[in-house]
Amino acid sequence: MSAANRPVHRPLSPHLQIYRPQLTSMLSILHRATGIALAVGALYLAVWVMCAAASPRAYAVFQDFNTSIIGRFVLGGWLFSAFYHLCNGIRHLFWDAGYGFEIKDAYRSGWIVVAVSLIATVLSWIVGLRLV
Amino acid sequence: MDDRRTPLARARGLGSAKEGVHHWWVQRLTAIALIPLVVWFAVSLVMLSGADYPVVRAWIGAPLVMVLLILTIGIGLHHGQLGMQVVWEDYTDGALRVVMIVLTKFLAALFGLGAIVAILRIGLGG
Repeated sequence: MSAANRPVHRPLSPHLQIYRPQLTSMLSILHRATGIALAVGALYLAVWVMCAAASPRAYAVFQDFNTSIIGRFVLGGWLFSAFYHLCNGIRHLFWDAGYGFEIKDAYRSGWIVVAVSLIATVLSWIVGLRLV
Repeated sequence: MDDRRTPLARARGLGSAKEGVHHWWVQRLTAIALIPLVVWFAVSLVMLSGADYPVVRAWIGAPLVMVLLILTIGIGLHHGQLGMQVVWEDYTDGALRVVMIVLTKFLAALFGLGAIVAILRIGLGG
């Protein structure tokens, strides 16, 4: 075994449970969680158009699930995940461009993301229910 | 020592495949493309609440909707599999990591192509 391949037991940096929860870290975790949810949600979207193409029966089965209690939770979760990941993704793009790194700015943009994604989700739900 | 390579040669062999920047860049590019697409799709989805089968099919089959929907699902799945790759790289190791990444990419391709064929079938008849 060459020197470079030998495992080195370096001390590890303190992990999650050491730190006090902060808005910034919680939103970072939520970004990844909603990202994973949306990756599955994108497959769900594909199933939607495939059911629509297949037959009225297939579409009815899909719609029956959507109107069930679990389906409502899935749709609501999908909607919130989409709005949150969208807003926080834009926040990330600003960071990539080099803006908003000050702690004060990171907190402000974080709260804006929380507010906008919650309002967008609730508003979509209300408008959607009025159309049903 | 049986390794007769120079330290530089060894370091080179252990280095990155230099594909990280491409992965990072495509992730940002797809993210930017998805901003208007997801807003359009979310608004459309809300407006379609309670719509029955023929209405939904007519909506999907409109030419502009077909184009935007294929872009949304295609770019969305691409962005999603890039992100899931990083998730697997962060939390899994060895064979499991390889299997999960390959599975993720295959699944994205399968569902993406399935969705595109479905949308074209609705719009172009058949």
